[in-house]
Amino acid sequence: MSKIRKELKVSAIENGTVIDHIPTKSVFQVIRILNLNNIENQVLFSTNLDSKKYGKKGLIKVSGKYFKSEEVNKIALVAPTATLIEIKDYKVRLKKSVEIPKQIFKFVKCVNPNCITNYENITTKFDVSIEDNGDIKLWCKYCDKYTAKDNIVFI
Amino acid sequence: MKNRSLVSINDYTKKEWISLLDLAEEFEKNPRQKILENYVVATLFFEPSTRTRLSFESAATRLGAKIVGFTDSSSSSIKKGESLNDTILTVSNYSDIIVMRHPREGSARFASEISPIPIINAGDGANQHPTQTLLDLYSIRKTQGTLDNLNIVFIGDLKYGRTVHSLVIALCEFNTTFHLVSPFELKLPSHIKQHIKNNNLKYYQYTELNEVIPKADILYMTRIQKERFLDPIEYEKVKNAYVLKNSMLEKAKDNLKILHPLPRVNEITIDVDANPKAYYFQQALNGVYVRQALLASILGIK
Ligand SMILES: [Zn+2]
Repeated sequence: MSKIRKELKVSAIENGTVIDHIPTKSVFQVIRILNLNNIENQVLFSTNLDSKKYGKKGLIKVSGKYFKSEEVNKIALVAPTATLIEIKDYKVRLKKSVEIPKQIFKFVKCVNPNCITNYENITTKFDVSIEDNGDIKLWCKYCDKYTAKDNIVFI
Repeated sequence: MKNRSLVSINDYTKKEWISLLDLAEEFEKNPRQKILENYVVATLFFEPSTRTRLSFESAATRLGAKIVGFTDSSSSSIKKGESLNDTILTVSNYSDIIVMRHPREGSARFASEISPIPIINAGDGANQHPTQTLLDLYSIRKTQGTLDNLNIVFIGDLKYGRTVHSLVIALCEFNTTFHLVSPFELKLPSHIKQHIKNNNLKYYQYTELNEVIPKADILYMTRIQKERFLDPIEYEKVKNAYVLKNSMLEKAKDNLKILHPLPRVNEITIDVDANPKAYYFQQALNGVYVRQALLASILGIK
């Protein structure tokens, strides 16, 4: 009895990835960025869980899937505090935190309404910089304009 | 520079700017050289800019090149909905180099990525206009004998003026002291000022034009546009504060020259034109030599 309980609590998945410590308001964005709404795997998510460190947090569990670093680093834009836990045979195989990537391709829209990337079929490209207050800023490689953290729109 | 696109002034090094200016000097002495007789230059103006287009076409024609292209997108297949991608790939079949002006920012960078032939950016929206920067540098060097250690005064709309931004960034390579004169609403953006700071150069900001004139080696005038002000009363207040009149030049240095990217509206009164310190029309002519140098260098002839 206690064994089953523990398994349920610690890892409801046999193999796969748990993304923990997601800011609770960013859970749906993370799902979209990782395209979890279009995969066959079982995906479980929770919002507004209690967290000692952050007050409230969100969590996503994806069965039977491990992520490449560059894939998962994309979520650093909306969930810089997120940690990744890889589960294999109900056991934690690896824990790591997400890293803010130096460059971002494809999945963010340029905020400049007059940017060519908003008119032609172009893969967007941004250099990522971090401001003094820790906020992320994206610099469009095409129009030379900055997209601030609050203006980030995902394609 | 052979076969390399020029989208932003930073695509070339300081050394390459200087070699272009040297070559432009050669073309100023001898502007008619039929060295591009076997070449086709495409001038694609997706929005009209008669001044810039004529300057490029004059440069190409004086070197003997043939010109193909269009003068605004209403007379071309763009109107039928052709993408920039397809226009560039098609035109690159018919020409050796493309000069393009486009209303969207980043269009020239995109074109340079997909085009098999080099692109010269003749203006992409409010973003870059590198040949303007080169002709400004040429004009400064020609009138002052050097680009180094000058006091350069920028006046007017320093916030939206792309020519100002690119020129400030370029001048950071030459130990310039910057004097920035503008209404509060149109101050130089902080990321450009940061560039000055990163190079450990001095800059001073003013809201009054008069006091700074005696310090200047160059006065770089720009136009203040009414559309830039949310409140039309604010525009009315500032519009006459940044007008240069001949009487204001009495205490100016002997070597002072007045530049303006043109077109001018009323920010330099007509009585300045006769003053030998006025240099803006000559500045525009210098654009032809600089563009000749650029075409010849990218096509690998000089
Ligand atoms: Zn952009």
